[in-house]
Amino acid sequence: MTETEAALKALMLLGLDGDAPAYRLLLSQLGGRLRVYFERRMRDAPGDVEDLVQETLMAVHTRRATYDRAQPFTPWAFALARYKLIDHWRRRKVRAAVPIDDYVEVLAAYAPEPGSAMDLDRALETLPERQRRLVRDVKIEGLSLAQAGERAGVSEGAAKVALHRALKSLGERMRGRADG
Amino acid sequence: MRTDDLIDQLAADPRAVPAGTVPRRFAGVAVVGALAALVLVLAWLGTRQDLAQAMTGRMFWMKAAYTALLGVAGFWALERLARPEGVARKALLFGALVLALFVGLGFGQWLAADPEHRRLMMMGGSWKVCARNILALALPGLAATLAVLRGMAPTRPALTGFAAGAFAGGVAATVYGLHCGESTMVFVGTWYTLGVLGTGALGALVGKWALRW
Repeated sequence: MTETEAALKALMLLGLDGDAPAYRLLLSQLGGRLRVYFERRMRDAPGDVEDLVQETLMAVHTRRATYDRAQPFTPWAFALARYKLIDHWRRRKVRAAVPIDDYVEVLAAYAPEPGSAMDLDRALETLPERQRRLVRDVKIEGLSLAQAGERAGVSEGAAKVALHRALKSLGERMRGRADG
Repeated sequence: MRTDDLIDQLAADPRAVPAGTVPRRFAGVAVVGALAALVLVLAWLGTRQDLAQAMTGRMFWMKAAYTALLGVAGFWALERLARPEGVARKALLFGALVLALFVGLGFGQWLAADPEHRRLMMMGGSWKVCARNILALALPGLAATLAVLRGMAPTRPALTGFAAGAFAGGVAATVYGLHCGESTMVFVGTWYTLGVLGTGALGALVGKWALRW
C-alpha cells in the first residue's frame, strides 16, 4: 500500500513535469484501481462503473494543478473519485454517506491480472535497496533531500541525482514490463 | 469511448504544471479584488478627508491589520479547500482567533468607557452603511475568486464559498479603510466584521450552487 503510494506519486510528479510516458502509465495504473473502487460501491449499477472511472480520470487530468506535491497522491486522487461517486448518486436522488478513507482497502487488495499490467509494488521492489530507500524517505516520509542524503551517507546533490535516476528507472522498468 | 482511448488522449498532451499554481492564482485574485475595490472607493465613495493625517495614526493601521488578517485566514482556507482532500481546520481556527481577539478588545474598551460615550463609539457616523459598503466593494473579488475556484477541485462547496467570501471581504474591508473615518475598535469589530462575514455568507450561498463540477 505505501509502496503503491510511492510509485503512483513518483509517476504523478514526473507527469506534472511533462513526462508523457510516465503520465500515461499513471493514468492506466490509477484507472485499474478506480475500477475496483467503483465496482465495490456500485453493485446495483455496474453499467455506470466505466463512466465514473472515465470521469475521475478526466478530473485528475483537468484539475491536476490542485495536487500539492508535498502531500501523498492517493488521498488526492480518491477524493476526486469519492466526489464523482457522491455526485453520481446525487443526480439519481440518492443520499449516501461515503467514508473518506476506505479506498485504502482497494489499494491493499488490488492485484493486477497476472501477465498483464505490471505491478507497481513489484517494480519498486526491483530497484536496488539504496534507491528504494531514497524513494521511500523522500516520497513517503517527506524527508528533505539533505536529510535523506544524510541517512544514506551521501551529499544532498548526490541524493538528488540518485533520486532522479531511481524515478527514471522505476518508470522504465514498469514500461518495459507493460510492453513485454 | 473506451477508457484506454481516453487515457491515450489525456496523456497525449501532458503540459507541465508548475508547482504552487493554487496559491499563485489566489494571490492574483487578491490583487484584482483589491484594485477593483480601490477603483470603487475612488469613483464612488471617495477617500476620507484626513487620509494623510490618519495614516500617521495607530488606529488606521490596526483596522487595516485586522481586516487583512481575516483576508489571510480566507486565503489560507481557500488554499486547502481548493483541493479535493483539503481540510481547513487550522485556517478557520486562525480566523476565529483573530476575530475573537479584536472583537474582545473592542468590547472591553467599550465596556470600560463612559456610558454616555458608548452609543457614539458603537454607532459612529456610518454604522448603517458600513457593512453594506464592504459587501459591495467585495463583489468583484468574490466573483473572481469563485471563477478561479471553478477550475479547481473543491469538494465542500458551501464551506469553500464561505472562505471565498471571507477572503474577498477581508481584502475589500482593508481597502474600505481608505474611505471610512471611524476609529473605535468596537465599531470596526462590529460593522467591519459583519461586512466580512456577510460576504462570507453570500459566498457560501452562491458557492453551494456555483462550485459544483
